[in-house]
Amino acid sequence: MSQVFLGMPAPGAGNLFAEEQFPAAAHRELGNTQLRANLRHATHTIRDKRIRVVGELPDWEALRDAGSAIKDASMANLDQRLEEFEKNFTARGGIIHWARDADEANQIVTRLVRDTGSDEVVKVKSMATQEIGLNEHLEAQGIAAFETDLAELIVQLDHDKPSHILVPAIHKNRTEVRDIFLREMPQVDPALTNEPAKLAEAARLHLRKKFLSAKVAISGANFALADTGTLGVVESEGNGRMCLTLPETLITVMGIEKVLPNWQDIEVFMQLLPRSSTGERMNPYTSLWTGVTENDGPQNVHLVLLDNGRTRALSDKFGRTALNCIRCSACMNVCPVYERTGGHAYGSTYPGPIGAILSPLLTGIEAEENNSLPYASSLCGACYDACPVKINIPEILVHLRGEDVDSKRGKKLLPTQMDLLMKGGSWALSSGNHLGLLEKALPLGKLVAGKDKKIKKLPGIAAGWTSSRDLPAPPSKSFRDWWKSEKEGK
Amino acid sequence: MSAKDEILGRIRTALADAPRVEEVPRSYRTTSSLSEEELIELLVDRLVDYKAGVDVIDAADIPTFVASKLDAAHSVVYPHGLDTGWLQAVPESVQRHMDAPGSMLTIPELDATSAVVTSSAISVAESGTIILDGEPDQGRRAISLVPDHHVCIVPVSTIVQLLPEAMPRLEVTRPQTWISGPSATSDIELERVEGVHGPRTLDVLIVRGL
Amino acid sequence: MRIALFATCIVDAMYPETAKSTVKILERLGHEVIFPAGQACCGQMHINSGYMPEALPVVENHVKAFERSDYDVAVAPSGSCVSSVKHQHPVLAKRLGKPELKERAEAVGAKTYELSQLLTDVLGITNAAEQLGSYFPHTITYHPSCHGMRTLGLEDRQLNLLKSVGGITVEELPEADQCCGFGGTFSLKNSEVSSAMLDDKVKNICSTGASLCAGGDVSCLMHIGGGLSRSGQRPGTMHLADILASTREMEVAL
Repeated sequence: MSQVFLGMPAPGAGNLFAEEQFPAAAHRELGNTQLRANLRHATHTIRDKRIRVVGELPDWEALRDAGSAIKDASMANLDQRLEEFEKNFTARGGIIHWARDADEANQIVTRLVRDTGSDEVVKVKSMATQEIGLNEHLEAQGIAAFETDLAELIVQLDHDKPSHILVPAIHKNRTEVRDIFLREMPQVDPALTNEPAKLAEAARLHLRKKFLSAKVAISGANFALADTGTLGVVESEGNGRMCLTLPETLITVMGIEKVLPNWQDIEVFMQLLPRSSTGERMNPYTSLWTGVTENDGPQNVHLVLLDNGRTRALSDKFGRTALNCIRCSACMNVCPVYERTGGHAYGSTYPGPIGAILSPLLTGIEAEENNSLPYASSLCGACYDACPVKINIPEILVHLRGEDVDSKRGKKLLPTQMDLLMKGGSWALSSGNHLGLLEKALPLGKLVAGKDKKIKKLPGIAAGWTSSRDLPAPPSKSFRDWWKSEKEGK
Repeated sequence: MSAKDEILGRIRTALADAPRVEEVPRSYRTTSSLSEEELIELLVDRLVDYKAGVDVIDAADIPTFVASKLDAAHSVVYPHGLDTGWLQAVPESVQRHMDAPGSMLTIPELDATSAVVTSSAISVAESGTIILDGEPDQGRRAISLVPDHHVCIVPVSTIVQLLPEAMPRLEVTRPQTWISGPSATSDIELERVEGVHGPRTLDVLIVRGL
Repeated sequence: MRIALFATCIVDAMYPETAKSTVKILERLGHEVIFPAGQACCGQMHINSGYMPEALPVVENHVKAFERSDYDVAVAPSGSCVSSVKHQHPVLAKRLGKPELKERAEAVGAKTYELSQLLTDVLGITNAAEQLGSYFPHTITYHPSCHGMRTLGLEDRQLNLLKSVGGITVEELPEADQCCGFGGTFSLKNSEVSSAMLDDKVKNICSTGASLCAGGDVSCLMHIGGGLSRSGQRPGTMHLADILASTREMEVAL
């Protein structure tokens, strides 16, 4: 018990779970041809943009190296960084709240909103509040939360779930968005077309009054700067500026991993982030605030620092660099699996390659269906190449597969086919003699393949292969045997 | 035990292996050798790409250009520290509101105002970014946000090429707004569209001799 | 130079011609090739499937087979297996708390090259037609496998070698850098997503009009070839080594 009081890293809760095994979810999503077409169009558009603006910078790799090292350094002394941040933020009139998990964070935010007497809030897009399910919690407490980012608004109006961390409505095309607006916006022009510019204008009209009258805003933060106590939000539409500037009360919810040691570090991240996420040289708007500023912006400024499994991820020395993620979404935009399944297949708030590692790191590999997420990758490595902070996602995926296999050892009555294959494979492939012995059976395979030299149907787990691929007939003799007879005369 | 103490304790437990900290390699570019003309050209190129209006003018021509940018406006707000000489050619028909700490416009008043004129602290040419830091010639954040048209003065002496060159010249604890073009979104099919909640028109006057 | 061939388990058992081609090319250049008999597999299937303790004897076996000092460099006709030897073996050793194995694995990894890497960076081959006598009068396209391209950073080494083969026409493959969907046991565990990726690869290959798709990894080629075969399309697949080994005198048949 004494360990508990030292603070044992605990798993996170909230919207961090796959609700079914990934292959089952993928099966459903793959069947949606409209979704496939929308995702293909959107991911290919963003890939090309990213490559163009990244290619402009001669020092891109140096920036990645710096970004990665800054994050590592920050994480290695996270406790000190957070205390330093708290001291500076508080000295300038900000108020800090600490939340062990999703539930505690939701309760803190609810209390803060209630204290203002308001029963509604405007929200800037925030992964942290998505993760803790804040909107649902507030709604249950009688507080209406209005999402103001265009894509979040689309998702909220459609009673849908986000499928991408940057563009939550990436799975919708312009016509689907138009239809949602026509259906759900009370004062929308019935002649609204599907032009993105017209749709953006409709969103502006829909939200304008809310912005101008809101008393309370809730935001996330892209970074916190320890040495000055500054918070930053990176955005495009100006909805962030509206929320961060006009209301009297601002409540920010931020994961503890977002803190950077020095304010000058943003010179690195503000070059890496926009180019990696929207493929722009710079996002239209970035706001920085340090506590409260007299006569400028909200006069009640709160920050909820959220653990919710982050310390659990931090305690995994082979996986902790996943916390270095700056939520740019480049990894999902380049991922061939994400491109075909979309974000909903991952269940968690965090989809794509980063989600496939972050979700199980935050919750523990055994939580719900999260053990299927690390397998949702062909390990092609496109995510690692694209990651602006060089998170070796493929290596962490493999590490977590190891955690998954180890977590099941001794708990099964019977070994699975995969267990047997791996156990047998371990014997066969750990010695040239063993493998050579098995290769004597190659002619058998040739026999199975028959005249057209193709194997078209395999049993058990190998059936997945022959569902859409043939297997060639094996040769009659292995290379090993050929070498022995040709080169060594044996 | 407080949540703070518990979380800090968890962090210390998680870091029990004392991960090694490497020195941060900072071999990225921090200085540039572009001439003033090249800097201007680069900034203009970026801002035009963002669909901002851009003019490169001499200091003496500021009043004329500010007036011409405001020819469709019925009212304009400006921060109390702005050089009012810049507004001298604005026609009488355009209502002027000075926003000052003691006499701030309300949000509905700002919403009813057509345009805002501000100066700026520093600009980064490579990314087309204009930084406002709340100095008296830029004003509080709301005034450059709510009106739908922002006319922003960028003195040539405040242009740098690279973001790292801008950092030492910023006072980070002042509320900052970094502006790279008018408001925009890429939320529909990841195609960029200019003009959402922030000012939909951004006119930048890059001023030589300032 | 004395070159140790790491055939890889899949080439050894399923595609022995590719290993023979590798031997031919190197011998043609006047090098001596040896085949360490203890070798079996890099262990990647086990590691990538999360079976770390089961992978350990496989990795130990590889290190033991290749840590001898009687050769100059080791070569494998596979970007993926070389990536595993160079990168995964030390990581596995570290994970399982075997610092001594990690060091030994790193030493073996440092001496191990993927075929195009060895030919280009060590043996100075820039023109396969002239230096290797390679001749292959067919229209091909080329799929760069992920681990070679990304983990080893092979860039255009394989493609440049192919382009320099006599008589060859190389058609550019659309979306060449996209994974074919193999991913080892990924193709079993997530076979539907894998198939969706493969479909696109097959379509892109067929769009080039090439009579075959070349590559540097027989595992990916087996996957792509399996998809092409099932779809009834004409193009086949062939490993880089087999094309390089083909000459005017001894043309490799399609």
